[in-house]
Amino acid sequence: MSVIEGIGFHPLLSRRAGMVVYMKLHEYQAKELFGQAGLPVPRGQVCSDVTQAVLAADKFGWPVAIKAQVHAGGRGKGGGVRLAANREEARQAAEAILGMRLVTAQTGGRELVVHRILVEEGAAIQDELYLSILPDRATASLVIIASTEGGMNIEEVAEKNPEKIVRVRVNPLLGLQPCHQRQVAFGLGLTGALFKSFCSLLARLYATVIGNDLLLAEINPLVLTENGEFLLLDAKVEVDSSALFRHGELADLHDPAEMDPLEAEAQQYGLNYIRLGGNIGTMVNGAGLAMATMDLIKQAGGEPANFLDVGGGANAAMIENGFRIILSDGGVRAILINIFGGILRCDVLAEGVVAAARATGLSLPVVVRMEGTNVDKGRRILADSGLELVSAVDLRDAAEKIATIARSL
Amino acid sequence: MSIWLGSETRLLVQGITGREGRFHTLACREYGTNVVAGVTPGKGGQEVEGIAVFNTVREAVAATGANTSLIFVPPGFAADAILEAADAGLALIVCITEGIPAHDMLRVKNALAAGPSRLIGPNCPGIITPGQAKAGIMPGPIHQPGSIGVISRSGTLTYEVVHQLSSVGLGQSTCIGIGGDPVIGTDFIDCLRAFKDDADTRGLVMVGEIGGRAEEEAAAYIRDNLDIPVVGFIAGLTAPPGRRMGHAGAIVSGSSGTAAAKIAAMRDCGLHVCEDLSRLGEFCAGIFQG
Repeated sequence: MSVIEGIGFHPLLSRRAGMVVYMKLHEYQAKELFGQAGLPVPRGQVCSDVTQAVLAADKFGWPVAIKAQVHAGGRGKGGGVRLAANREEARQAAEAILGMRLVTAQTGGRELVVHRILVEEGAAIQDELYLSILPDRATASLVIIASTEGGMNIEEVAEKNPEKIVRVRVNPLLGLQPCHQRQVAFGLGLTGALFKSFCSLLARLYATVIGNDLLLAEINPLVLTENGEFLLLDAKVEVDSSALFRHGELADLHDPAEMDPLEAEAQQYGLNYIRLGGNIGTMVNGAGLAMATMDLIKQAGGEPANFLDVGGGANAAMIENGFRIILSDGGVRAILINIFGGILRCDVLAEGVVAAARATGLSLPVVVRMEGTNVDKGRRILADSGLELVSAVDLRDAAEKIATIARSL
Repeated sequence: MSIWLGSETRLLVQGITGREGRFHTLACREYGTNVVAGVTPGKGGQEVEGIAVFNTVREAVAATGANTSLIFVPPGFAADAILEAADAGLALIVCITEGIPAHDMLRVKNALAAGPSRLIGPNCPGIITPGQAKAGIMPGPIHQPGSIGVISRSGTLTYEVVHQLSSVGLGQSTCIGIGGDPVIGTDFIDCLRAFKDDADTRGLVMVGEIGGRAEEEAAAYIRDNLDIPVVGFIAGLTAPPGRRMGHAGAIVSGSSGTAAAKIAAMRDCGLHVCEDLSRLGEFCAGIFQG
């Protein structure tokens, strides 16, 4: 799971941690959603093997586009998108892309294995536009962003040619009005029949964003074909995870294969875990305190192995699972537990830690810092456990003990 | 003195009959808060440990004179609960609920813009004026009455900060967790504006996090409007740069939001920035008592 950075969300801050987390859809899923809403999408078929892909391509005629279905932009540069002019090329493209390990500017250094490809009819392109709709937290509005520079990296366009970006804000209580539609359409220089068909396309897209609780609908490019029709050639969609309770059909589209396996497992247990690659594992309650604890580890000369926020209402089983997940990361050499008990009581935490340590046959140094509700009870449970846990009286003590351990690693 | 919450507060709790609602209602009352009513639709006429439960907020207000609401309603119904509290004219609404859909909060934020109600949260620990009243889920005993105001985007990190302040003898006037959601009712600057007019607040601690521009804007407000010392702390110095960045998002608010950028902005605006959380208490003692 990840988060929209630009509007002030940060990937380390998930819903549990107090931020909105979104669920990404694959391109083919996004296009199905838009197609159902009456938006113009190319004919296409998602395939998971080469034979199926060639049959699909045959159906659409030539050329076809063959596109890797992974949750990352920049697929084209990574070789994940190819055009095929005939059967043989389609077969070669499908063979090359299926099973490919894609690393793009947006995969965060991780390899994504391509399990599915989208085979899509080719489009005769006259012009390429950019169109997106997303919530803007600063103004509590929905912002429509459009540009005549479609197919490009929109951030670069915004930086180099800001005059080519049209930005229109919509008050969610009012909804999209004709005046908003005109601002965007005229801003793109559209007139006549194209003006009209664009306005209706924009209205459908806006309705889809609202109706499905989308945090991002990005069409790049929105192409104008040689027949004078608009076509959503690529589509990026992010759904508000907090709203999935009212969109069962979207919740079913979640693809855990796109996540880091440990992160996916943590999610199942209601834990917010992000792997970072250092040597000191952490378990903390609350995202802010978790980040501050990572900072302390770094300041003490260590490298945080992970971010793990067990949340305010964690029970002993969640603590145990969190502990096990930290230990599943082979790079972890020591662990710092920092809990400020409020709703999560220190005795519950201690029981979970002791159970997990016993179950895993723990052999790494663990520094435990607890404060707050039932702290004396929690400390007693740890002391009586017979485990070699290093108890810290306060945060400074914890930082010093972790520094000593970090120096010895 | 204090801001927004105090001995004059008459608290009602929406969602009082739920497990969390009940637990924290009683904790607030035990702390000394004047809890006058609860609201759970369909459970009007019941009681929770002597606190009368009503079907609607309007009924509860008419019967008890409640002026503040604390909300523990599940995420799918929380936006509606906030609107109901605002419709009944409550001056202060504190929403603890986490996981409210973003589009719901966009509508709520716009709906509340025209009215007199102040919303704190959602997804926050709430607000406490030590020694007087608490409307939230923070542990009461770590607080001490005093003259330092605390404003924070976090929950447990705020407890850590308050705990350290109390440990070095720095009591607090009012502590507010504004919440970490993308759309929140009250932001840093709203709090700063209120603290500015509170004669008994002699210093402030502002606890921020990476992401967004709220801390930078707050720092500029402090430079231009406040003459009491302000200590700043930012969590997330070592957080890796954003993975999987949403492209369209980045041009909405630019690419700022790193801890380093926030710390630089705070220093530029004359704030005292503490980079080591484990020494925040003594750092504050040096600033506020020095």
